[in-house]
Amino acid sequence: MALLKTPLNAVHRSMGAKMVDFGGWDMPVEYSGVIEEHRAVRQHVGLFDVSHMGEIEVNGPQALDLVQHVTLNDASKLKHGQAQYSALLYETGGFVDDILVHKVADEHYFLCVNASNQDKDYEHIAAHNRFAATVENAGPRYAQLAVQGPLATGVVKKLTDADLTAVKRYHFVDGHFSGARARMARTGYTGEDGWEIYVAPEHAVRLWNEIRAAGAEFGILACGLGARNTLRMESAMPLYGHEIDATITPWEAGLDWIVKLEKGEFLGREALLKQREKGITRKLIGFEVKGRGIARDGYEILTGGAGTGGGEKGWVTSGGPAPSLNKNLGMCYLPLQLAEPGNAIEILVRGRGVEAVTIPMPFYKRAR
Amino acid sequence: MYPANFRYTKEHEWVHVENGIGTIGITDHAQHELGDIVFVEVPKTGTHVEQGKSFAVVESVKAASEIYAPVSGEVVEANDALTATPELLNSDPHAAGWIAKIKLSVPEEIDRLLSPTDYQAYLGEG
Repeated sequence: MALLKTPLNAVHRSMGAKMVDFGGWDMPVEYSGVIEEHRAVRQHVGLFDVSHMGEIEVNGPQALDLVQHVTLNDASKLKHGQAQYSALLYETGGFVDDILVHKVADEHYFLCVNASNQDKDYEHIAAHNRFAATVENAGPRYAQLAVQGPLATGVVKKLTDADLTAVKRYHFVDGHFSGARARMARTGYTGEDGWEIYVAPEHAVRLWNEIRAAGAEFGILACGLGARNTLRMESAMPLYGHEIDATITPWEAGLDWIVKLEKGEFLGREALLKQREKGITRKLIGFEVKGRGIARDGYEILTGGAGTGGGEKGWVTSGGPAPSLNKNLGMCYLPLQLAEPGNAIEILVRGRGVEAVTIPMPFYKRAR
Repeated sequence: MYPANFRYTKEHEWVHVENGIGTIGITDHAQHELGDIVFVEVPKTGTHVEQGKSFAVVESVKAASEIYAPVSGEVVEANDALTATPELLNSDPHAAGWIAKIKLSVPEEIDRLLSPTDYQAYLGEG
């Protein structure tokens, strides 16, 4: 199958970006270099094409009931113009995907979902739709540009007359962005302040160029998926297929804070109740490599030393250099008794055990 | 760009032979493809390496890549500067970013490698 392309594909290529196959999408992994792009977002501002992300619209008198049924967070708490980190679960308690739920109106919720999961998510939600609600797989109707970094608001402000100062973190405003109708959400996947801007695809190229021009005085850099990954890893934000998947539950992933059992019935709730009663046996935790080496995604963790895990194996979910911290670190699943900060572990790097120590997450927190 | 007195592999390593000692590194094309290099694992002195077999590892922010020996022989020196400054592979891949020096055990292996012209033609096709 041919790779899917965002409306900005030709622009990325003309900018000399290195392109990769990311879950079936032909996406820029870097333009000027991952470390430089990472630092631009931490220090001033970066621009990402995240048009591969999926969007699902839920409309109708029972839109909220459907959203409540398929997600584990409590969408009834959302006010108009507010967004919420949430997830879709199977009845087993494992993840279908992690998502952002935006409340547009009482009868309209807008979901942002992972690129390679969008069809699966749509089918999952549609299959459980026994409500007076419609579900639309709306990905093709949206391009998404992320402007991220401490100076992001200054850039976005130049291109809209919407009152951005009134929009707090995890809120959004619908308005005009450089003449195009846009949803401007103060959300992101970098651990910095920033905006995710949803527009019709036909405006994407023009807006990309206008954001770069408006951001020039702030030192804006085009950023690829490489920096997006190091930024989210430093902030210990989960990535589907790494920290979470169908075999992992929110308790194990440390996402207890989005599990709202008290809201009533939802898909996966019974399994979560059962697992909470029984107790989990593994948990996500951060690690820092102390020896010489870099622990990468999927590397095995040896925990079989005397008095430790007794042969139970752990694995690295995301690992690599953290450019803002000058350390090699990552996240991993470990047997529960080891999954707390301060434990010595050994990670298997090309057949050789490399010393590491468990550390708290997140690794990076922006100054507020 | 690609020194005339070096020989190259299709895996993007180079070797420069002087007095039976081959200095080995990765090409400018390779460092560009890898991106920011953050870690290099150099072979120990005295290690025997074989043409076409992995003898070093170079890691970028994104991934680890094995480096294959362009010639067989014994490692007589490794570039320890790469431990502290792996970015030399990005900034100066054909000189300061050399990885190891190997005493050639099969000197005629050189004849199987690409000339600068052939290597550049190979890159052009790719």
